[in-house]
Amino acid sequence: MVPLSWYLIFAAALFSIGLFGVLSRRNAVAILLGIELMLNSVNINLAAFWRYGDVLQMTGQVFAIIVFAVAAAEVSVGLALVISVYRRRNTVVADDINMMKW
Amino acid sequence: MTGEQIIFILVALFTLGSGFMVVTTRNLVHAALWLVSTLFGVAVTFALLNASFLAVVQVVVYIGAIAILFIFAVMLTRKDMRDQGPQTNRNWWVGVLLSVLTFAGLFFLLQGWNGLSKTASAIPAGFDAISELGNALISPDAYVLPFEVASVLLVAALVGAVYVAFNRK
Repeated sequence: MVPLSWYLIFAAALFSIGLFGVLSRRNAVAILLGIELMLNSVNINLAAFWRYGDVLQMTGQVFAIIVFAVAAAEVSVGLALVISVYRRRNTVVADDINMMKW
Repeated sequence: MTGEQIIFILVALFTLGSGFMVVTTRNLVHAALWLVSTLFGVAVTFALLNASFLAVVQVVVYIGAIAILFIFAVMLTRKDMRDQGPQTNRNWWVGVLLSVLTFAGLFFLLQGWNGLSKTASAIPAGFDAISELGNALISPDAYVLPFEVASVLLVAALVGAVYVAFNRK
């Protein structure tokens, strides 16, 4: 039987990889890819705590489903913004999108 | 080492390796395809955790919708990046440092917690997790309100995405 710590450490490693992607990539689409990795690692944690806690309480899975919905909303709005910015400014490099920077 | 542990280690290594490729590959189409394999690894992890509904939703929603959306977005915004020039910004070492620190911090935090070596209790016979999940999602005593709020959020986000990406010419 796999102990709980393996799942938690696995999720922490996936979260850190996603964090690196978010912090260091220049392309805005690649930043969104990193955010997806981080959201997935959170979902692993939620499912693991459901399985290793009280199985009869569905809270962990319900939260994971809500995270799914929020991730879909986030990615649709984020990619729409990237495409809109690309159409107007002809760039997807996050450093160049600075029209709101004072 | 039991068989389940070996399967878990293989799946975890596969997922972490694909995740590493997602954030380091130069070609963004390849990064999106590596994301598909990462998401598939996470789906297998859900299956290992007996969360069958989450595993199916992971494949349908994440791989079927979100990853394909990413591939479309990469192809629509491709002209100027063309995989040339640096793919990481000047401060990439800060990103490395912060992510390593985050992992180390989480690791040491987990070390000090005594629920870690817990193993899963057996699922009681006759317990149907999927029907319980459905009941929890629509029962007024449980999570119907967060569920409806999430639906409204999703509709609002999709309408907003259409509005933002709409070409007015």
